[in-house]
This record gives sequence, structure tokens and C-alpha cells, in this order.
Amino acid sequence: MKPLTEHVGRGVSLRRSNVDTDQIIPAEFCKRITKSGFDDALFATWRKEPKFVLNRPERQGASILVASHNFGTGSSREHAVWALRDWGFRVVIATSYGDIFRRNSFTNGLLAVELAEAAVNELAARVEDDSSFEITVDLMTCEVRANGQAYGFEVEERARWLLLKGLDEISLTLLKDEAVREYELTRPHWLPTIKPTPLVPAAEIPEEARA
Amino acid sequence: MKTPKTIIEKVWEEHTVQQKPGEPDLLYIDLHLIHEGSSPQAFDGLRLAGRKVRRPDLTLAFEDHVIPTRSLMLTDQMSRQCVAALRRNCADHEIQLFQFGDSRQGIVHVVAPERGYVYPGMSVICGDSHTATHGAFGALAFGVGTSDVEHVLATQTLSITQPRTMAVEFVGDLPQDVQAKDLILALIAQIGANGANGHVIEYRGAPLARISMEGRMTMCNMSIEAGARAGLIAPDDVTYTYLHERPNAPKGAAWGEAMAHWQSLVTDPGAVFDKTVTVDVSSLSPFVTWGTNPGQAVPLSGSVPEPASIADTQDRAAAERALSYMDLVPGTRMDSVEIDTVFVGSCTNGRMEDLRSVADVLRGRKVADGVTMLVVPGSMEVRKHAEAEGLHEVFLAAGAEWRLSGCSMCLGMNADRLDGAKRCASTSNRNYEGRQGPQARTHLVSPAVAAATAVAGRLAAPSHLEAS
Repeated sequence: MKPLTEHVGRGVSLRRSNVDTDQIIPAEFCKRITKSGFDDALFATWRKEPKFVLNRPERQGASILVASHNFGTGSSREHAVWALRDWGFRVVIATSYGDIFRRNSFTNGLLAVELAEAAVNELAARVEDDSSFEITVDLMTCEVRANGQAYGFEVEERARWLLLKGLDEISLTLLKDEAVREYELTRPHWLPTIKPTPLVPAAEIPEEARA
Repeated sequence: MKTPKTIIEKVWEEHTVQQKPGEPDLLYIDLHLIHEGSSPQAFDGLRLAGRKVRRPDLTLAFEDHVIPTRSLMLTDQMSRQCVAALRRNCADHEIQLFQFGDSRQGIVHVVAPERGYVYPGMSVICGDSHTATHGAFGALAFGVGTSDVEHVLATQTLSITQPRTMAVEFVGDLPQDVQAKDLILALIAQIGANGANGHVIEYRGAPLARISMEGRMTMCNMSIEAGARAGLIAPDDVTYTYLHERPNAPKGAAWGEAMAHWQSLVTDPGAVFDKTVTVDVSSLSPFVTWGTNPGQAVPLSGSVPEPASIADTQDRAAAERALSYMDLVPGTRMDSVEIDTVFVGSCTNGRMEDLRSVADVLRGRKVADGVTMLVVPGSMEVRKHAEAEGLHEVFLAAGAEWRLSGCSMCLGMNADRLDGAKRCASTSNRNYEGRQGPQARTHLVSPAVAAATAVAGRLAAPSHLEAS
């Protein structure tokens, strides 16, 4: 993951509440087994509407999505974050997020900033008025700056640190392996464990379905 | 004196490997469920980093999202790729896989509980948002993205901040015609699709004693639709009776030891929740969604709301957009809305109790002309039991299709999709735009309402059929 300290970019506004991950990326695209190349899938259904904001020529190259309430609600598909990232977004600004989406965003270096409704509405209005309007998102100071205004935001300290350094969380957790081993010794013996067994063909599948 | 704790805090603390100031907790995962939709990239990540699966013996894999339910023929190339990747990854890492055609195959959140892999007080994760289903056992179960799937495969832990707690108190006498699905839809309608954001819910109250394990799974399953991270119900005799009969439950002396622990998994008197919501069930009736998020729901006896009556500007705009998409007019009675398709199944309502409920309504009746009805068991085990009870004969005699197990029409990831702007009464969990196919219009309902709707050709409760 690339480190992210500060991002300056043009915004695009999507004033729709409860934008779910099925809209961000329809399920049919989630059958791809790669982790990139999802830009064509982003808002694929909505992009069929000629007037949809991402279809406008003046909005091409925007890298900050100013969204709304409960953005990224719904399924846990990380493909939603990959699609936003592959399109070119580096930051999303909204009043609230689906929990899993927000976590997935940070893991992939997409900064999901939460601001008060008044601030989000103000930024959305400016972005809608002027397609060249730039927003600065500073992860060092945890501020969004635009047009002489500064809006503070909160990010969980560890997530912020991982983003600033561009670190791989698994590597950091593996350093704690001794603590994990010690914990495992305390787990009750009656908890389930699973051993692979061969396929047991289902007798109740009708003959015509076995073709 | 000990500080009183909620069950959520107890289970969390029992799984905390490490706590450090300024850092999230390191949480140990007892059971990792994986499927073909969210795991390929996680295994690729392991491979690239030269890492192994740390605990294949705590990992269980399923083929459910992309598979067809008509036959064992997987014709779609991308779906074949997904399934092939999962099979290769499970073989490489010696992970148990319940694959397509196996008698133990089915939807991940149906099979894991029915086979007894989920116990009270366990931590369970899966790259699927409906993992909250397993909270019905008093387990802490939640969905994660692919990067977290990779993290758990590599370390058997998650680095995660402790969520806030929320109590949902059900009070009053449960009416006869109200199912678990109606309870959860009513809650989401009350608090909104974001009402539990950042919280884990404990569902509480006397009415829950009358809800079976299968009904509890339905409720916990849809915690995510209320915006919650997870939802759970403290274990009780209903839980223990269900679990005791499962093939992978503790046996002999181990059962007694486990029980001693499970009985401590209750919220202490005086424990404080971050948020509390009360739902009076006594006046509830069957619920149905009218819009494009699960919070947009009303009683079946009600009408499509008037967006102008919604105070919040954005919610009003969302309602207007939803009505346009759903092709509904404010004031329309919900029980007059005609339906093209009825889908019974999914990890929300694809269990034996659900199928029995549907069969009770369909027995001696016919699916209305012009209506297609799919009955998709949540697992091959459910299919076997349903056939042993003769339920499939009821479905087929009524004119419904009886399918193999899979996620099916819950999401547009397999061959079971609606064509065009068809309208579906669905026992699944999400009514988003295009969820069941491009332009598809979804109304979320309980199994009993789904069956009555199939017969009436419009949204209906079983009591409507008796009256006509």
C-alpha cells in the first residue's frame, strides 16, 4: 500500500443517502478473482444514465468523492473499494459509512473521512458549482481544507499510522505471534476443530440435475 | 466488586489476545468461514507473501454464491473460475470444503450452524456481511472484507477496535401471525438502515423465548441491515437443545464443561449499553418493504408512504428515488401490489422451519397464474429433510420450482436472476436497486407472506387467503 500523507484533488458530489455496495459495484463483477481492474464496474448501473455525474466530461480526473449519509452500506464486498480506487478516487467524504466499507477503505489506502452534515453539504455545493474546485485532505493534521475553511476529522490512530507509513498490517500482526501462541494454550479443548474429509455425494440430487 | 458486563463485552474480552493503549485489540478468531466470492484474492495475497494458512483446522469453506440451483452444470466461465480457485486453494492449504454436489454443501450461514460448528461465546468471521447469523448462538460473528480474510488466514486474528453495544429490548405478547422476519423488519423500519451503525446488538426480552433457533438466526442475520457490526442473543435452553443434536457439538464430559461456560454468557444485571431501543411486539403484524433499502418497510396492512411527509431532506429524496425505481405510488395499499416472482430461500430464510411455514400455506393451494415461485433450500441437508417430510411434494403440487441448495436469487451473482423490471416477493435480506437482477424490484417478506403472496398473486398474508 502506498503511504498517504496529504491528498489534493478535485471533487465530485454524489448527494444520495444509503448508497449501498450493490450500487458501488453490482454483484456480477464480484466474480472476478483479481484485485484490480474494477474501474469499469464502478456504479455500473447508474453510469448507464447519461446524466450520471461520473459520465460528465468535466468530472473526469476527480479524485475525491463527496458523498452523503451511510455511504457503502450493505455487503462486505471489498470490490466496492477496489472499484473506487481503480476509478481514481483516493478519498471519500461523507457524514457516515457502512462499518465494513469504512474498514475496507482504510485497509486499501482509500481514506474515508467523516464530517458533520453542514460541512459535507458545503463541500458538495462548492464542488457542484465548480468542477475545478480543489480540496486538500491532510492526514498529518487530520483536516480537510477548501476555500480557506478547515474541517477537522477523526481517524482511529492505528489506521492513520498504517496509512501514513503505507504498512502491511499482516506483517505487524505476525510480530505478535508469541502472544497468539500463548493465547491458544488457554483455549478450551472442547472448541470445534475441522479435519478435511472426502466428498460425500448427495444422494438426493435428481438424475436430470447431474448432467 | 466486579463491574457488570454485557454478553458482548464478555465474549470480546475472552478473545482478546492483546490490548495496548492507542491500538485496536488483537482478537482471536475461533472459526473462519470462507466462500468462493470473497476469498480468491486473499489466498493470492498469502501466496505472494509466501505465507501459509495458520489454522486450517479452524477454517471451513463453502461453494454457495455463484453456483446454479437447477443442476450441477456450472456453465458461466467466471463462476467456474471462482469455484476452481476455491478448490485449488482449499486443496493447497488442506481446508475442509463442502463443494457443489456434496451432501453437506449449502449456504455458509445455514450449514455451519446446522452441522454444529458454532457454539455460544465463539468468535466467528467470514468474508460475507451476513455472518451475524451465528450470533443466534450467543457467538460474536461478523462479516469482513477480503483483506481481513487474508489477515485471519495468515494470523487467526483480527486487529480491531471494540465496537459500541446496543440493547434491543422486545416487549409485549407476540401475535400468532408474526414471524421472526417481521420482528427484524419492524426494528429496521423503526431505527433505520443506519440505526445501529458502529454497534453490536444484543436482542433481548421475553418474546424471544418463543422464537426458535432458526427464527433467531433470521433476526441476527439481518443485524447488518440495521447498520450493526453484528447482533447476538444470549444462549438459553432453546440454544442448548438445538446444539445438542448437532454432529459437531461437544460430546460426553466435554458437553458439561462447555455448558458450564455457556451459562455464564449473559448480560450481568446493571451492565450498561451504549444505546437501548425498545420494540413493542404486541401490535405488530406482518411487515413488507416498499423501497430500496430494508428500512423502507411498513406493515403489510399499510400503504406506500408519502415522501412529502418525511422531514429529512436526504431521506425524502431517497424515498422519491425508491418509489420511482419500484414504480409505486404513495398511498397504494401494500396488499394490492401485484407480484411476478416469489423467492423462498437464502441465509435469512432457507431453513427447515421456513420451508415448513411455506408448505403449511401452500398445502392444497396453487401458485397464481403468471407467478413464478422458487423454493431453494439453504443446504442439501435441509433439502434431504424437506423431502423426507414430503414438503417438496407440496411445493411441486402447488406449481413451485424445487431447487438444489445455493444463495440463488438473493443476489445477482448466479443464474437465478430476475429479467428486467420484474417484481419479486423475497424471503432474502436486501431490497437494493438491482440486487436480484438489473431493474429487479424486491419486496422483503417472511416465508408465510411469501407463500400467501404466491397464491394470491399480490402481496398477502396467510390470513388474507382464509378470508377470501
